[in-house]
Amino acid sequence: MRILGLVGSLRHDSYNAQLLAGARGLLPAEAELVLFDRLAEIPPFNEDEELSTPPAVAALKAAIARADAVLVATPEYNASIPGVLKNALDWVSRPIAETPLRGKPAAVVGASTGLFGAVWAQAETRKVLSTIGARVVDRELPIGQADEALDANGLPREPEALQELSAMLDELLDLTRPQELAA
Amino acid sequence: MSTATTQPIATGTWKIDTIHSHVGFAVKHMVVSTFRGRFEDYAGSLSAGEDGTPRLEGSVDVDSIVVKDENLAAHLKSPDFFDSASHPRISFVSEDLTVAEDGALEVEGELTIKGHTHRVTARGSVSGPHVDIAGSDKLGVELEAVIDRREFGLEWNAPLPKGGFALDNDVKLQVSLELVKEA
Repeated sequence: MRILGLVGSLRHDSYNAQLLAGARGLLPAEAELVLFDRLAEIPPFNEDEELSTPPAVAALKAAIARADAVLVATPEYNASIPGVLKNALDWVSRPIAETPLRGKPAAVVGASTGLFGAVWAQAETRKVLSTIGARVVDRELPIGQADEALDANGLPREPEALQELSAMLDELLDLTRPQELAA
Repeated sequence: MSTATTQPIATGTWKIDTIHSHVGFAVKHMVVSTFRGRFEDYAGSLSAGEDGTPRLEGSVDVDSIVVKDENLAAHLKSPDFFDSASHPRISFVSEDLTVAEDGALEVEGELTIKGHTHRVTARGSVSGPHVDIAGSDKLGVELEAVIDRREFGLEWNAPLPKGGFALDNDVKLQVSLELVKEA
């Protein structure tokens, strides 16, 4: 099972990248987490160029198509989604009929050095992913004051937050398994 | 209100020794977490006249607010919260101060924040006087009060995506003072 990790921050020592590393450590043996690290190469979305597909966009679409699920870790800028992440999702959403996110299981976590742990950016990312057609886990993991809240492995120090991260990953993995049809 | 016999504060003026004092606050955020801050610059005194009437007064420089996150500190100084450019000081003056035999302290007075003045009641304790190693007479005062920040014009809040609000309205003011007797 393959989970594609997207980090909404380009910062070298991003707490959200650390959080994804922590999440990787919680996954069962049959699941792997692969990071997509080319968000910085994606140009500004332009409808005129929608069908030309820049290389980094093609790579992201292919990575999503290959993955069984997507896990986004996002910071929050001005109470909302970082532009680089929203821009990437806008590219991936087009053409709407062909987006690899349609029906794709997805979950969103977030960390910030502020008090609120990117809680609004997470909510808006869930909204955007749902709008595009992903099957989004309806949970949030706001890690505030991330400089102190994450341990050296990228895992939340607080037991409740660690439990929530595990529960979120369990639910994400459940969404990747074939659903039993009702009798 | 304590019914114990009251004891007077020793006659004279006692100034706050800011090196050994703390003026802070605590407020819940994200429903369950507690966030703390403090002010670095403040001044005040406890005085008792010949008739034994005690008076506690002091003021705080709002711009000296210290919190872990500097973006938050800037937000707290802005018009959403303290509006320190227009209201640079917080002030308090007692109107009624009672010390019980066991040192329990109750202070009622007028607290002014952001141009709003309201009567608040603070409770705590007083200890001493005690002669310190340098031969100075010192008093210790601990006080706590809970205020509704909205009454003082600090009304910022934001709804959380999954219900509730980002910041509690009740703020606990916590003052721990060491006062030295003026010669």
